[in-house]
Amino acid sequence: MPRVTIRVQAEVFDSAHETALLLRGHEDVGGVAAFTGIVRGGGGLVALELEHYPGMTESMMRRIAESACTRFGLVGCTVIHRVGRLAVGMPIVLVLCASAHRSAAQEATAFMMDWLKTSAPFWKREEFASGHSAWVEPRAQDEAAKARWGSLTD
Amino acid sequence: MLRILYFAWLRDRLGRSGETLPLPQGAHCVQDLITALRARGGEYAAIFARPELIRVAVNQSFATIAAPIAAHDEIAFFPPVTGG
Repeated sequence: MPRVTIRVQAEVFDSAHETALLLRGHEDVGGVAAFTGIVRGGGGLVALELEHYPGMTESMMRRIAESACTRFGLVGCTVIHRVGRLAVGMPIVLVLCASAHRSAAQEATAFMMDWLKTSAPFWKREEFASGHSAWVEPRAQDEAAKARWGSLTD
Repeated sequence: MLRILYFAWLRDRLGRSGETLPLPQGAHCVQDLITALRARGGEYAAIFARPELIRVAVNQSFATIAAPIAAHDEIAFFPPVTGG
């Protein structure tokens, strides 16, 4: 059984520590691919406020992660998504995929990010220096990126 | 009782994150519930006036407005997701 870790948390994560946990006792891993999403500044953005749907968010994250494990033959994966107020420059999401060979880990990481962005119930509100705030609109290119993978269980 | 949840700008507009209410008379699917909520007028009517902007989950799974509902279901309304 692949080792799957899913967490939604307010606290910052430690990528090196999570990688060590993912690898512990697994001598069959040849590579770990990692993606860390960061709150990108610009246009006067100060912070993002991240909201989620407790219960459904975790179960969607688990479905996505398990589906990536099956599809790409992963040894394991870790997905951590932060919630609450995150200032510009702060890490927001971590995806780690461990596999025997490099390409499976890298493709699985892209697959998981494409699905997370479009199918896990999180919502971002942007907070600007002016005091104005606005909910982020979904982007068509995110849907298109997900569509290339077919369905979650293909 | 139905448990209804609102997220993101829907919650902001309604000023509440959820409510419980009995299954409206004759309601069999999500669309019937939306019709009952719209009939309240005010922000409820405004929010559901453009259903293409809203996504729905029944018992924590994505659903369509044609999905059947029953007493004690958890039904969530929210905008398209923007995580990651």
